[in-house]
Amino acid sequence: MDTAESATTVKKNSKFKQSLINFFTDLYKINQFILRFFREAFVPPFELKEIVRQCFEVGVRSFTLISVTGFIVGVIFTKQSRPSLSEFGAQSWLPSLVSIAIMRALAPLVTALIASGKVGSSIGAELGSMRVTEQIDAMEVSGTKPFKFLVCTRVLATTLTIPILSTYTGLIAILGGYLNVSQNEGTSWSTFIQQVFEPLTFVDFVASLIKSIVFGFTIGIVGCYQGYNSTKGTEGVGKAANGAVVTAMFLVFIEEVIIVQITSWFR
Amino acid sequence: MKKTQTQVDHSNPVISIRGLKKAFEDYAVLRGIDLDLYQGENLVVLGRSGTGKSVLIKIISGLLKPDAGEITVLGHNMETITEKELQDLRVRIGFSFQNSALYDSMTVRKNLEFPLVRNRKGITRAEINTAVETVLDAVGLSQTINQMPAELSGGQRKRIGIARTLILNPEVMLYDEPTAGLDPITCIEINDLINEVQQRYNTSSIIITHDLTCAKQTGDRIAMLLDGQFQRTGTFDEVFDTDDSRVKPFFDYNFIH
Repeated sequence: MDTAESATTVKKNSKFKQSLINFFTDLYKINQFILRFFREAFVPPFELKEIVRQCFEVGVRSFTLISVTGFIVGVIFTKQSRPSLSEFGAQSWLPSLVSIAIMRALAPLVTALIASGKVGSSIGAELGSMRVTEQIDAMEVSGTKPFKFLVCTRVLATTLTIPILSTYTGLIAILGGYLNVSQNEGTSWSTFIQQVFEPLTFVDFVASLIKSIVFGFTIGIVGCYQGYNSTKGTEGVGKAANGAVVTAMFLVFIEEVIIVQITSWFR
Repeated sequence: MKKTQTQVDHSNPVISIRGLKKAFEDYAVLRGIDLDLYQGENLVVLGRSGTGKSVLIKIISGLLKPDAGEITVLGHNMETITEKELQDLRVRIGFSFQNSALYDSMTVRKNLEFPLVRNRKGITRAEINTAVETVLDAVGLSQTINQMPAELSGGQRKRIGIARTLILNPEVMLYDEPTAGLDPITCIEINDLINEVQQRYNTSSIIITHDLTCAKQTGDRIAMLLDGQFQRTGTFDEVFDTDDSRVKPFFDYNFIH
């Protein structure tokens, strides 16, 4: 019995040890991948045409979903906040509350989560499929740098486009909030907008922008890492797409917490 | 079509390999390979699946790193080659992949233009169009120029894959299972195309296959890869004129006598 128990313990320890080794190996590989991005992305020749094409792809892929979701977030948040403010007779604070919540947190976060699902999975699947069908190898042997052409362009595209989409989400959500407020409180557009921008500071805009840039970079790099290093077979493509979404979403939440903490020191 | 006699310059190896070893984890795939590919020669590497044939050409093209051994490709030592030199060298080597590896998101035209535009700086639109039309004509698929890879048959994809490598006028061609998954007639067409490429573009080629018809029709020399080493090398008849129990079944099961 003792021998069996000790064998199980040894097996568990060795499994744990292996998991730990795998974890740190993956961490090292991701680190190398990010460093390679910075080494190659800002060295000529620049793939400007492909970057613009990818920016367009990222924008188009997420545009409809972000428009609908942003609008709904604005309406729902306003609607749900009203009863609490009404208890103190403070409905007039609704525009300020909506703008602070949306600009500081909701717009970048909602945009990033949607882009993780739409763009991240798409990048993971596309590059995974290219890896599995040897298209990446084909680029490499034809004298093209696939990392620069496929990875750098996509990461730069998400990093540049997510902040634009995030700003758009914010505006659409505020519009949703306005429609709800004007319907219930009869507030005019000019009053609403004045109250929306009143509580916002320069730090809010900068923090929101930095957050979106970090989220965009994360979505791009995670999607590309998963796809580019996809293992052989169609199963690998599925895993790459899934891994891109799950990991990006997880990291977005972690980054949100960290950035909120950092920006709060400047307020 | 019968293969025409080719002029092989045996004094001039374009690829030279000595003591090449490669293992994946504990499994040694290549166990000390020596090989010379001469100017103008079609060398067929025969062997069963999993014997490391594709690994060999992936090492030659720099896609995989060897564990040991010395490889010289077109005068470049692959161990000491810089990244820039490797990139320039790859333009001189054509690699035809087993599954063609055409870029799914691009039309045939874009697939062919892609390596050209990226490797020939300052090339004009007229020159690009001429080069695309020439290689498409060479593989007999001019009508597919605006089609997507998904719309092509297996044989057409192989031909376009070969055309994409030819557009850079390579000195060496590496074919990975060029006839795998094709019907017998298309196989013969591909074999003829390989011979045409050798004649027309004056290439030296390594053809990886387990198809004896392909080996017989395209090979000036055959190298039989068994147990991680070349067990027999010579003409087709020399290689299979043997009672070696490791070689004989390979010939018998392909039913061409």
